[in-house]
Amino acid sequence: MTPDDLSLICRIVRARTGHVVDQAKAAVIENRLAPLVRREGYNSLSDLMSVIKAKRDERLVWALADAMLPKDTAFFRDRTPFTQFRDVILPDLEQRLGTSPLRIWSAGCGTGEEAYSLAMTVDEVRGGRAGRAVEIVGSDLSERCLERAAAGIFSQMEVQKGLPIRYLVRHFERQDEAWQLSESFRQKVQWRRVNLISEINMVGRFDVIFCRYVLGGLDDLMRKQVLSQLAAILNDNGYLIVGRDEAVLDQAVGLAPVWGSSDIYRREPALRIVA
Amino acid sequence: MEKTCLVVDDSVAIRKVSRMILENLGFHVTEASDGQEAIAWCRAAMPDAILLDWNMPQMSGIEFLRQLRAEPLGEGPKVLFCTVENDLSHINEALKAGADEYIMKPFDGDVISAKFAEVGLL
Repeated sequence: MTPDDLSLICRIVRARTGHVVDQAKAAVIENRLAPLVRREGYNSLSDLMSVIKAKRDERLVWALADAMLPKDTAFFRDRTPFTQFRDVILPDLEQRLGTSPLRIWSAGCGTGEEAYSLAMTVDEVRGGRAGRAVEIVGSDLSERCLERAAAGIFSQMEVQKGLPIRYLVRHFERQDEAWQLSESFRQKVQWRRVNLISEINMVGRFDVIFCRYVLGGLDDLMRKQVLSQLAAILNDNGYLIVGRDEAVLDQAVGLAPVWGSSDIYRREPALRIVA
Repeated sequence: MEKTCLVVDDSVAIRKVSRMILENLGFHVTEASDGQEAIAWCRAAMPDAILLDWNMPQMSGIEFLRQLRAEPLGEGPKVLFCTVENDLSHINEALKAGADEYIMKPFDGDVISAKFAEVGLL
């Protein structure tokens, strides 16, 4: 791969997704793009880049940007944000919201583990009781991830890393060597393709936004812009949850950290926010 | 204080791998090759956790668990099945008998770590 190809890959990813790719890590980039090269039927990454340069095929350009995005995710990743969601955030919002539906967004949801973890938590808290309507939206830039999320099929390894066994028994069915969420449970989450750097204003307003391990990959300017827009679409007293070590205190407009936490923020009603 | 885990499996290889993972997670590990041997270990010193295979000679994992939960131990140790029996009927049977978590083989260090965290031991 030539330095020009490397530079072009980094520029494409940054322009389409806001993510910063370290150009010095050529081996990592080649490794991450290898499955795309195979899937598209090229002999090498150089061949694929030649076609992108010659034709500027939008589908291929987006596929490249998609392939470069981090895909790490897990059910109940880091545990604590989900226990805080169950024990503090949900009761607080149920008390405040009156009769309006509770809207929850898993932004940058990857293959759906986070959105489904939130749905399982709501289901357990409710315990089958009818309550206020809850809408859970999972969004990602990657169509491939969203297809997997909607199918709700996870490998045996995936369902064992963070998912309590009681949830597996309650919500999943065995599918050969994998596990699939029941059809009725899959319908608890709506899936949408959303590009966080340009389409946040199209998703409506939310009471809770989980946006974890997304902001850390953006450049400073883009991170600040995305944060401001996320804050702007949070309802008053709504919550933003970011990833560990993605503290936004110095950049979040109109958000205040809660319970001394570095990853949970609340929209302050007294502050005016301009998106 | 160092937490203790009894690994109960008739496979020497599985016991060896489990020991390595659990010791890296800070556990003091003892081993038994079936349910009867595990009972003897538990009578001598009750561990904080038991990683338990299902199919073993002399006494199966589920038989061992039923005997263990019949003892007046209060809460008793955390029991995590670790088995190739990976269908819902086995999982439900294990939970009904008092298992706290369930690991389906094959597993790796991340799975063990996640499951021990789930039962509050990490």
